[in-house]
Amino acid sequence: MSTQSAERESSALHKFLSRLDWRSNIIYIAFIIVFILFAVTLGDNGFLSVGNTLNIIRQTATISVMAVAMTFVIANAQIDLSVGSVAGLSSVVTAMTIMNYGLIPGILAGLLAGAIIGAINGGLVAVLRIPSFLVTLGMLGLAAGLAQWITNSAPQPITNQTYVLLFGGGDFGPIPGLFIWTCMAVGIGWIVMNRTRYGRQVQATGGNRTAAEYTGIRTARTTFSVLLISGIAAGLAGMLYAGRLQSGRFQWGQGDELTVIAAVILGGTSLFGGRGAIIGTLFGSLFMGLINNGLILAGLESSQQQVVRGAIIIAAVALSRKK
Amino acid sequence: MSDIMTPPAVRMRSIVKKFGPVEVLKSVNFEIRHGEVHALAGENGAGKSTLMKVLQGVHQITDGEIEVGGELAMIRDTQDAENYGIGMVFQEFSLVPSMTVAQNIFLNRELRGKFGFVSDRLAEKEAERIFQRMGVSVDPSAEVRNLGTGYWQLVEIAKALAKNAKVLVMDEPTASLAKHEVDHLFALIETLTAQGIAIVYISHRMDEIRRVADRITVLRDGRVAMVEKVSEVDSAQIIEAIIGRGLGSQLVYQDRERDYDAPILLQVDHLSSGSGLSDVSLETRAGEIVGLAGLMGSGRTELARVLGGIDRSTSGTVRISGREVGFSNPSQAHKEGVALIPEDRREQGLVLQHSVTDNLTLPMMHELMSGPLLSPRKTRRMTDQLVHDYEIKVSDVDAPISQLSGGNQQKVVIAKWMNTKPRVLVMDEPTSGVDIGTKTEILEMVRTYAGEGNAVIFISSELPELLAVSDRVVILRDGQTFRTLERSEIEGEEQLQLIIQGEAA
Repeated sequence: MSTQSAERESSALHKFLSRLDWRSNIIYIAFIIVFILFAVTLGDNGFLSVGNTLNIIRQTATISVMAVAMTFVIANAQIDLSVGSVAGLSSVVTAMTIMNYGLIPGILAGLLAGAIIGAINGGLVAVLRIPSFLVTLGMLGLAAGLAQWITNSAPQPITNQTYVLLFGGGDFGPIPGLFIWTCMAVGIGWIVMNRTRYGRQVQATGGNRTAAEYTGIRTARTTFSVLLISGIAAGLAGMLYAGRLQSGRFQWGQGDELTVIAAVILGGTSLFGGRGAIIGTLFGSLFMGLINNGLILAGLESSQQQVVRGAIIIAAVALSRKK
Repeated sequence: MSDIMTPPAVRMRSIVKKFGPVEVLKSVNFEIRHGEVHALAGENGAGKSTLMKVLQGVHQITDGEIEVGGELAMIRDTQDAENYGIGMVFQEFSLVPSMTVAQNIFLNRELRGKFGFVSDRLAEKEAERIFQRMGVSVDPSAEVRNLGTGYWQLVEIAKALAKNAKVLVMDEPTASLAKHEVDHLFALIETLTAQGIAIVYISHRMDEIRRVADRITVLRDGRVAMVEKVSEVDSAQIIEAIIGRGLGSQLVYQDRERDYDAPILLQVDHLSSGSGLSDVSLETRAGEIVGLAGLMGSGRTELARVLGGIDRSTSGTVRISGREVGFSNPSQAHKEGVALIPEDRREQGLVLQHSVTDNLTLPMMHELMSGPLLSPRKTRRMTDQLVHDYEIKVSDVDAPISQLSGGNQQKVVIAKWMNTKPRVLVMDEPTSGVDIGTKTEILEMVRTYAGEGNAVIFISSELPELLAVSDRVVILRDGQTFRTLERSEIEGEEQLQLIIQGEAA
């Protein structure tokens, strides 16, 4: 009897494991494993302290905001490599405009910078049908160069305290403002992706473009829109950098595109499009922040951090390919 | 009576369609009545798909009129066609694999629940109702990529019905279905027509047309070559109408006066494999064509793959000209003179984005060298020779092969492999998806090739063509040789069908 029931149990477990969709759930498993690992080894270094946890959230907010938009881009079977540079450009545009024209124009200018670049990306991809990889690769250099050029490579300080409070520097009670920004991005992203027609159109276009077109979806328009959104989100991320660090610099966001894309893919969104997992993306981005934070606490040099981070990403993606 | 009283579901009158200066449809009349299955046949390029694309609003007509339910219809885009109740079940499936069944059915017309948000629960309930009406059971919450292709088609049909389609156009609906799925499809077609839905059934397969269609329209060179009740014409008449050049005789067995004492080129004894063969034996003499028959999964394709060096055998022997061989990869098979023309030309037979030239010469590069480099002159000469010999219709041999019609693509595959001069040629479904004209040409190529003293193993699910070329038929069942029949022992298609199905000893 008992062996039988044990057998049944093990076969039920086996069934559960074989049904478990590794690709979409690996991020939660990886997140928990790495969290426990760091908690055990780095508990004495303050890893588990409230301050440190809030720090992780603060540091990943910009990545999370860009990653939510990137989830739409990748679900649409496109890519946006320019987000990091656009964030840098937007940070300096915002800072310079605030200095010269005040708070509201500054906020609008930062968003507009992202929107313009997103629209150019989207237009070139959707109308001229140039692969997004190439368009945004070019834009990566263009935006970074532009940001450096208009500032003469100099940092642009922000002294407007309202701006700093709203965009990243401030706390609302015990809650960091950046945490609220993250929640808003994820919340809106999740609803739009899963509960609106637009979200369906984005995913259908990425899953089977021909089918989507035959169904009456204007696929060029959805592709244009996801790149536009990604540009605006990158603009917002740049403004959050500027708020948190109280200055605009062309270096802000540099290299973030890789972290953002890794977060989205780790989160279970297929690089080939068709499905976007917003909650997975959030955890992917927190996972990246977790690793950064843990490696710093462990006292690794930044060169060593890069090596370990690269290895962990490869391992997680390799695991997620297991069916 | 009722034909006169009620207007037909769709009437297309004097339809002309030009692409630039090329007239693809030259005044075509086509009529679909409520509740009928209307077969639409014709060679590739005869105008079938253009006619249907005009009806679906993908192309606009150059001249002519379309009436729906007796009223003049202006169909300018696919949305218009949908509004007129014209639905399409695509050959290349048009579903989004990463979405659920219900999400696909209501794609871009999502049902809204609370707060105007898209509701999957409503969609699933509604999808359930449509499947009930179709008399099938499909889980609306399953992701499409996890379903078999047979279900994909059901979802396509449900998607069209969800838009209140009155006319369903099915383009080669059985192309990727297994036998029992075909039976289900035909039952479904009956259910739908009983509800008054008209079906346009595009197919190359004569037996299916005879089984399912009420009427048939045949197009040839952009004109109507035949409109008849299917019960009032025989298959030969239909084939004549399709190809229009008295080639029907090609589909009849021709005795090529074989040499029964010719040496045995290929001998297979008690072959088993991990892929499902358990005991297969057969022999093929020089100059002989051996047909392999059997149901899906009976071991036909599996045997072809072992002979071609793709899968390995676990026991038993393969002898080429009396010498025992064992292949662990296709390259070794080529060296022993065995070539496999695989089942799926797009996946396994061609590099689709490469040119016709590159595809044709790929296995023969060693003959095209001039020193260490490929010689453009030799390449050109070989390509021209093959295009000529195999009558491949191609305007530019340097254009990607994906631009060729299915029939011409298949000719490229066959030319490519015959050109390597294998002693044993294994062909797995070499005529699937090609029109009848090309089919007869391919059968003739096979006969000629065998006539030159080579051995051919010919696999086909279409019995008429199997019987047209095979000198002997080996029937496989459950991975074993079930029976071997000389062509002269087989009286006809039905008898062979019964043996394959295992209903006669």
